[in-house]
Amino acid sequence: MDNIEKIKDDALAELRNASETEEIRALSVRYLGRKGVITQFLRNISGLPAKERPAAGKRANEVKKELDAAFSAAAELLAARKTSGDQGIDVSLPGRTVPRGYLHPLTQVTREICEIFVRMGFDIAEGPEVEKDYYNFEALNIPKDHPARDMQDTFYVSDNIVLRTQTSPMQVRTMEKQPPPVRIISPGKVYRCDSDITHTPMFSQVEGLLVDRNVSFGDLKGTLTAFVHRMFDEDTKLRFRPSFFPFTEPSAEVDIQCIMCRGKGCRVCSHSGWLEILGSGMVHPAVFENVGYDTSRYSGFAFGMGVERIAMLKYSIDDIRKFFDNDLRFLRQF
Amino acid sequence: MKVSLKWLQEYIDLDDRDMPVSEICRRLTMAGLETDTVTDPYAWLDTVRVGRISAIHPHPNADRLRVCEVETGEQSYRVVCGAPNVQEGMLSPLALPGTEFPDGKVLEKSVIRGEASEGMLCSEKELELGNRSAGIMELPGHLLPGTGLAAALHLSDATIEIDLTPNRPDCLSLMGVAREIGASVRKKITYPEIPLPRGEKNIHELSSVTIEAPEHCPRYAARLIEGITVKPSPPWLQERMRSVGLRPINNIVDVTNFVMMETGQPLHAFDFDHLEENRIVVRTAGEGETFTTLDGKERSLNPEMLMICDGKKPVAIAGVMGGLNSEIEDSTTRVLIESAYFNPVSIRKTAKKLGLATDASHRFERGADPEGTLRAMDRAAQLMLETGGGTLVQGYIDEHPLKVENTPILLQTAHANRHLGLQLSTEEMADLLLSVEFSVEKEGEDALRVTPPSFRVDVSRPEDLMEEIARLWGYDNIPVTFPAIPSEAVSPAPRVLMRNRVRDIMSSCGFAEVVNYSFIHEQSCNRLGFSENDERRRMLHILNPITEDMSVMRTSLIPGLLENMGKNLSRQNRNLKIYEIGKIFLSKGQESIPDETEMLAALWTGSRTDISWHEKEIPCDFYDLKGAAEGLFRQLGIQADFTALPEEQCTYLRPGYAARISVQGQDAGCIGEIAASVLQTWDLKQTAYIFEADMDKLRPMISHQKESRPLPKYPSVSRDISLIVDKGTEVAALLDSVRNMEEALLEEIILFDVYEGKNIPGGKKSVSFRIVYRSAESTLEDESVTAIHKKISDMLLKKFHAAFPE
Repeated sequence: MDNIEKIKDDALAELRNASETEEIRALSVRYLGRKGVITQFLRNISGLPAKERPAAGKRANEVKKELDAAFSAAAELLAARKTSGDQGIDVSLPGRTVPRGYLHPLTQVTREICEIFVRMGFDIAEGPEVEKDYYNFEALNIPKDHPARDMQDTFYVSDNIVLRTQTSPMQVRTMEKQPPPVRIISPGKVYRCDSDITHTPMFSQVEGLLVDRNVSFGDLKGTLTAFVHRMFDEDTKLRFRPSFFPFTEPSAEVDIQCIMCRGKGCRVCSHSGWLEILGSGMVHPAVFENVGYDTSRYSGFAFGMGVERIAMLKYSIDDIRKFFDNDLRFLRQF
Repeated sequence: MKVSLKWLQEYIDLDDRDMPVSEICRRLTMAGLETDTVTDPYAWLDTVRVGRISAIHPHPNADRLRVCEVETGEQSYRVVCGAPNVQEGMLSPLALPGTEFPDGKVLEKSVIRGEASEGMLCSEKELELGNRSAGIMELPGHLLPGTGLAAALHLSDATIEIDLTPNRPDCLSLMGVAREIGASVRKKITYPEIPLPRGEKNIHELSSVTIEAPEHCPRYAARLIEGITVKPSPPWLQERMRSVGLRPINNIVDVTNFVMMETGQPLHAFDFDHLEENRIVVRTAGEGETFTTLDGKERSLNPEMLMICDGKKPVAIAGVMGGLNSEIEDSTTRVLIESAYFNPVSIRKTAKKLGLATDASHRFERGADPEGTLRAMDRAAQLMLETGGGTLVQGYIDEHPLKVENTPILLQTAHANRHLGLQLSTEEMADLLLSVEFSVEKEGEDALRVTPPSFRVDVSRPEDLMEEIARLWGYDNIPVTFPAIPSEAVSPAPRVLMRNRVRDIMSSCGFAEVVNYSFIHEQSCNRLGFSENDERRRMLHILNPITEDMSVMRTSLIPGLLENMGKNLSRQNRNLKIYEIGKIFLSKGQESIPDETEMLAALWTGSRTDISWHEKEIPCDFYDLKGAAEGLFRQLGIQADFTALPEEQCTYLRPGYAARISVQGQDAGCIGEIAASVLQTWDLKQTAYIFEADMDKLRPMISHQKESRPLPKYPSVSRDISLIVDKGTEVAALLDSVRNMEEALLEEIILFDVYEGKNIPGGKKSVSFRIVYRSAESTLEDESVTAIHKKISDMLLKKFHAAFPE
């Protein structure tokens, strides 16, 4: 009984390969003819135990009918195609293009960064790009006539109005509005009076702020390590190194092991093996005092990164100006 | 800030450590002093070899010149030389072609008075190894010819460039940097000893200092040396100058620079005989006063600027630059050394105002060491006497009207540990702070009373001490922990959600997103034809723009898109579908924050679809872009109306080919073909279509409501209708008037043909559409449809003076 199914499968497989009427006719004779495979099977049925004979006979006759129908249908189809002269279509011709658009690489990277932090419970806060000097500098512990102002070349609109040089003003604006705990990231455009192969007068940042009870420098390290591992990969090594930002104390630059050379040293990392990608630190008590937070009860950390820098690393882009050149051939690569 | 490794080793003994420069750099970087590049100041000597003069021949064409054969072991060179001291058998440095001298000159093979010269025998001065320039340098006889000069003379050093953060003026000095290395290797640095002779006469009888502006100048000290000789500095001092990138000038100036580099205290040396009344007055400048600085430039002063004056006139801009009138000259014999502490803000304001940044102002504005003035002054006196002779005048002046000092800070061990995520003992913290010369006293069991050294002007709060502890302990040694994550989920702001949605929709319609600078050319409004009272003329000006092209904040996204189009056309990207989402800025005056509005703008130019075997390239038109806009609004659930834009409001669009987009009666954008004049201004050779919408106005109109309705049970009946109407009739008005009849059975109207031309009378067009009728309750009877259909066509015929086609 078991080989009647195999006979059927074999017959159908052979039928699929048959492309001429003659072949189909030959198949029909071979399987269904008077000396065909199935007739042979029916004759041999007497060799089976008496109990199995009726079922086997019944199944064999069913298969005979099925194959007969299949052979006829195939023969008809073939005949029809022949009379109409239908050659089918050239399936190798390209299909009609469905329009495909592109998201700017900076949009894609900003989204990726934001999604990682949103999953960690951060909220997105946006604010004005033209800012009061107070929010951009003074509230962040950068008084007028402080050398730290030299760290950022500022575009001025008037003595008290600037193009924001960082998205940190949103930290102050948010803290002025709400009591702790605070967890925000602020993505956005920022402006600095600078233009060369690694600087454009406008670029994008994502900054973050977390304020709560008992937040420590260790928490800062943990949060940024988790971010880097998600943004790049789990094996990326990090290095926290002392630095200076007026609005954080202690302050740290975060370097990642060069993703091009894996730390061996190459042109991208200036042969140091490290790439600077984040600035960070514990929020300076002066900043908390400016927004009326109680420094004895709350602590927090802040961090910031340049989106272009990360996009350049991720996509191997060598000139930051390409982002704002908007050449379609460039945009279509993302 | 450049430091020399060799010089650093004057203060920190690293001989017992096998420490390569790279390790020193790593330690400095990890202590917060980011090292940048390391260079070898003797690298240029690579092509200078020890040469042996094996033979000397007279020069056939010049009496004073000779032709020398110079061996470098394997090779021999013919060198024309004019030095009087050349001798056979003598060893001297031979510079080979390709040598780049410190003055920038590159040595090449040459022909001197008809004789070829394949190199140059050099003097000490030419190699900056000494002051002698009279003859070529004679090298010790035991050196091996052919050896590189740097190796032969054991000249080796490393110049380390450090990117210093502005909070660490104490490290704008070799001793400061040495101190940081010392803390890292747990070693104290050695301060130079300063034995001074007792001196003669008495400075208080010869001079005086009067401080009239103590707020600006809390301290001013001075010493006087008589009978000194101004001359070039000895080689060691010149080498020190060069090793940190300074140009040697003379012994007096070099000593002031040396001490500034060593201690961080800027000094000034005055020719005492040029000081009228032989005294110093420190005062602010008078209104309208002018002064000529050392660099020969006349500067106009203001009453906020601090001046160093003699009895009659200003002689220096305090802390910034000295004056031409009291400069040290070769004939100077009496030198007054100034060592002062100036108010950082005062110096910064002056330097900024004058646009004059000097090594001195850089240090003063960041904060010099208020207690370092006397030491630096004595060190300078010591070195001036050593290099220039003369006699020290006994005593010194130290006017000190205001005390600037660090106050003790209380540091709670537990607080510091909690803040940093560490578990250090009080003693461990004390040890770390002691290693950078802080004074530390225990305050009970769990706290420290810490006084930072006077040179650490950046430390005033417990958090500052925590940073010291953290960086000295090593940031890498602080364990990684995680803040608790709140359980409540935050939903992104509507602004962010909408922007992302619009981007996704636009990109799915085949548009590429662009990002343009927020600055545009001031003339952009005129170029776009904005009327005099158009709010987009409210431009915010940047006081210090990068270029004129980027001098105002954009009030429209259009200039950016037109620039993009031009650039892409010039690069043969002729088919362009781009869009941008970004802010425009409408000024409310230069003293206020402007209104910032988020806009969307899209541009379509070139063909509708890329050329392919499926269809011919068809140029895109108004309806392509309108379709995209309609699709966007439909997906946002916004009902938008497009109406013809009156000519006077078309600005940058072509009259008759432009529409206003309104939503709920509010003006929310526009769409149309670009006006020819605008294409011309931007030098664009093909037409384009633009669509602009105000995202902030659309946001509240987005509908998120979705409701399921039952699917119809009964079949529909369709009737087509064709009408001949005036060419000027708006089809939308025609269809709307049908819809407005609010016939219950009317389900849908499908416009399928608009035609003018052959078989249609002039000034007319034919409009054909299908009306789909359906009832929710039953299968429609022919008669009822016919009745309604007639009612509709009658209305149309009458209202639009329409006719059926013949």
